[in-house]
Amino acid sequence: MSAGNSSRRQFGVAAPPLFWLGLFFLIPFAIVMTIAFAESAIGIPPYISPLQFGEGGVSLHPYFGNFQILAEDSLYLRAFLNSLGFAGGATVLCLLIGYPMAYAIARAPESWRATLMTLVILPFWTSALIRVYSWMGILKPNGLINQLLIASGLIDEPLPLLNNFFSVELGLVYGYLPFMILPLYTTLEKMDLTLLEAAADLGCRPLRAFLRITLPLSLPGIIAGSLLVFVPAVGEFVIPDLLGGPSTLMVGKVLWDEFFTNHDWPVASAVAVAMLILLVVPMGLAQFFLRGKERG
Amino acid sequence: MAAVSKTGAFLRIENVTKQFDGKLAVNDISLSIEQGEFFALLGPSGCGKTTLLRMLAGFEQPSAGRIVIDGADMTRVPPYERPVNMMFQSYALFPHMTVAQNVGFGLRQDGLDRGIIRDRVGEMLDLVQISALAGRKPSRLSGGEKQRVALARALVKQPKLLLLDEPLGALDRKLREQTQFELVRIQRQVGITFVVVTHDQDEAMSMATRIAVMESGKLRQVGTPGQIYETPNSRFVADFIGAVNMFSGKVTGHESGMLTVASPETGCVIEIANTEPVPAGTEVAVAVRPEKISLARTAPEGDLANSVRGTLRDIAYLGEISIYRVELPSGATIRVSLLNAERLAGPGFARDENVWLSWSAAAGVLLRQ
Repeated sequence: MSAGNSSRRQFGVAAPPLFWLGLFFLIPFAIVMTIAFAESAIGIPPYISPLQFGEGGVSLHPYFGNFQILAEDSLYLRAFLNSLGFAGGATVLCLLIGYPMAYAIARAPESWRATLMTLVILPFWTSALIRVYSWMGILKPNGLINQLLIASGLIDEPLPLLNNFFSVELGLVYGYLPFMILPLYTTLEKMDLTLLEAAADLGCRPLRAFLRITLPLSLPGIIAGSLLVFVPAVGEFVIPDLLGGPSTLMVGKVLWDEFFTNHDWPVASAVAVAMLILLVVPMGLAQFFLRGKERG
Repeated sequence: MAAVSKTGAFLRIENVTKQFDGKLAVNDISLSIEQGEFFALLGPSGCGKTTLLRMLAGFEQPSAGRIVIDGADMTRVPPYERPVNMMFQSYALFPHMTVAQNVGFGLRQDGLDRGIIRDRVGEMLDLVQISALAGRKPSRLSGGEKQRVALARALVKQPKLLLLDEPLGALDRKLREQTQFELVRIQRQVGITFVVVTHDQDEAMSMATRIAVMESGKLRQVGTPGQIYETPNSRFVADFIGAVNMFSGKVTGHESGMLTVASPETGCVIEIANTEPVPAGTEVAVAVRPEKISLARTAPEGDLANSVRGTLRDIAYLGEISIYRVELPSGATIRVSLLNAERLAGPGFARDENVWLSWSAAAGVLLRQ
């Protein structure tokens, strides 16, 4: 009786998130998955569903052509690799820039920390789109930087700062840096500083103590921050669309084009499914690594 | 009070002062500690004992003064270059390392050979009797086990000086007593000079060879546990160490080493043997330990110095001893403790009985400050 009660209560607690996940993730994903195995057609909707409802019930006719296209046309592979490269690079850069910032904030006087963290989050108060647009204004050939450099006599011709590899990476790092700093700050701030005294007491110099104590203890923050930057950066659409060029094709942009320019829903869905797999693998690896760490 | 440091002492703290934002945490302390001593810094919280310990470790810099360890001036030497190790109150075990890695951490900093490290770590774990836990992470240890790991980690480098910050503070009562004896055993075995900070007088008394009592950043008394208990030099020390009855009064005379004090509180003349002469009329206090007062139904023979009559108000049975609280006609209360072995053999006292209290002239301690 009581066991039945408690399991019912457990289900009660789990039900709302399960319902949420089912409604807003599993069902849409199942739809996308279905369309990924459909054949493109002219009509509304613009595909032939692999699920056919006939007299003998439901029959399945999956079509693998979309994935074949992904495999054969090097455009998709390049877009995937570009996305991984851009996102990976942005993650590393965010870590290199964000770690010292998070560290400095976590070690600042306690009365300062809240203010400093507010400053980190402050850019979010402005729309991301507007912030990306303003980067265009800063980077374009007659933009702020080039005007300053030319006026100061350092260069004669404007530097190509926009619509290239540099501007996309800059935009990603700028846009996602707070997502790296937040989890890093949290782990660094709660760290017991007596541990560093203990390390020093045992003959460990400050730099070594950082490498042996602080860095390993902040690993959960590093992993969380990296995922928070990497995952959305892979699928990023606005930044490569506005700051990028033909050479900086990313998978989010490809998806957009397939869907809205080519109206090829099945291929767009196949791209989305492939992208999801691309993201689930690193997350799974990270989690496996974290669990292993905990078990020692 | 601050003894002039002997030049030969192993650890010399010379006129050390520490200010935090203009506040004196440690005020001009000088102290000499010999090699192999088990020395306790004892005092209430906020007395500066932990600050002094942290200056010995190198985590704080003295605002003035010098710290010399084994002849070398350590005042400005950073912690990682001092031949000193510390056992932290919170233990400060590295959570991402196993017990063996924690204990071996200090040796790895010295770049020792792996085999040597393994052997030394093994010896240390044996010494503190936790060899079976070598592969565990600190999160899976009990408080007592963590304490042992912390001790092993601090001892493994064979420091010249081991600092212990409230080493038993986080342990429960039973484990605490057991660990006290164990710390003394280990200290004898390794022969390292221990400086322990504690606010618990029992802890200091039972472990230390010498104790420094601190109050508000100053040293109040330095001595063996016996000296500090039997001959406290101030009201503060007498009151801080153990239970005490304190009577205030005025000196009335001094004759062949015997000082007489008139104390209206007790209603009797208090005689104190073997004291230096004190001018008559001086305001003083007399401290008498509860176990040095005897309890009787009848008045003691002879003159009635050091004897008062009162009413027994409370009897608290504490197992090995009982505490009696006797109210005097003046309203003051005197505390008397008797061993229960004696009490059960003698006449039993009852509450609200009229009793006589008396103590010998050697029992009282004259306190002028």
